[in-house]
Amino acid sequence: MRLVSTFLVLFAFWLLLSGFFTAFLMLAGIGSALAVVLFARRMDVVDHEGHPIHLAPRALLVYWPWLAKEIVKSACTVASIIIRPSLPISPTLVRVRATQKSDVGRTTFANSITLTPGTLSVEVGENEFLVHALTREGANELAAGDMDRRVTAFERSL
Amino acid sequence: MNPDSVIDAASWILIVLGSGFCVIGALGLLRMPDFYTRMHAASLVDTLGAWLLLLGMMLQAGFSLVTVKLIFVAMLLFFTGPTATHALARAARARGLEPMAKDNPESGQTDERQTPS
Repeated sequence: MRLVSTFLVLFAFWLLLSGFFTAFLMLAGIGSALAVVLFARRMDVVDHEGHPIHLAPRALLVYWPWLAKEIVKSACTVASIIIRPSLPISPTLVRVRATQKSDVGRTTFANSITLTPGTLSVEVGENEFLVHALTREGANELAAGDMDRRVTAFERSL
Repeated sequence: MNPDSVIDAASWILIVLGSGFCVIGALGLLRMPDFYTRMHAASLVDTLGAWLLLLGMMLQAGFSLVTVKLIFVAMLLFFTGPTATHALARAARARGLEPMAKDNPESGQTDERQTPS
């Protein structure tokens, strides 16, 4: 099942990048995609972490729109801090609790923190991340745990 | 108004906004006082700057193969950007570069250095 979907994704990627639909190039694409799938299977990387198809619907419909909104909001905050002549920053290191169970969940949370301008995950542990924030307000907001809850809810949906 | 010109205008607005965020990010990179705060400024370019530019270019390209390729570029940035940023921050910290932070739970004492005003 996962092998089939990996193959389909790889082949779609091939078609996309080539843009030619001649028989030879299509066959070459099928061959390449098959070879990659076989190698990946031998390396045992096609599992629920390497190719997490089960996460896709919830990621696309629920989590990403929320994350995009957060990124836009904090990008505007950071931009206004940079523009202001007084440069009102208060760099803070905080430890943030991470309640995710799996590595996929933790990676999602750490990447979300880093993607959001103004916060940056420095060290990742089992239940706790060390986060550097540009302002104290940003650190407090993250420590309040809204993002953590959302990532955990998103992780549970698998 | 003709729909083509509306799309064209929207795409130019997005491209100009994206460029604006890139310029502000670069300005922040110069103005920020230390390594970690500079990385925050750089992440502006990484996220909103790049995405607004890509979105504007997608509107220019319309429904074509180019748009799908641009979506792939955006996805690539979405997944690799934070990974690279995290690796950089972690490497700096592992080598003992302490962030200029008001309260640092690691060092256990408040930092004397003040942020320049």
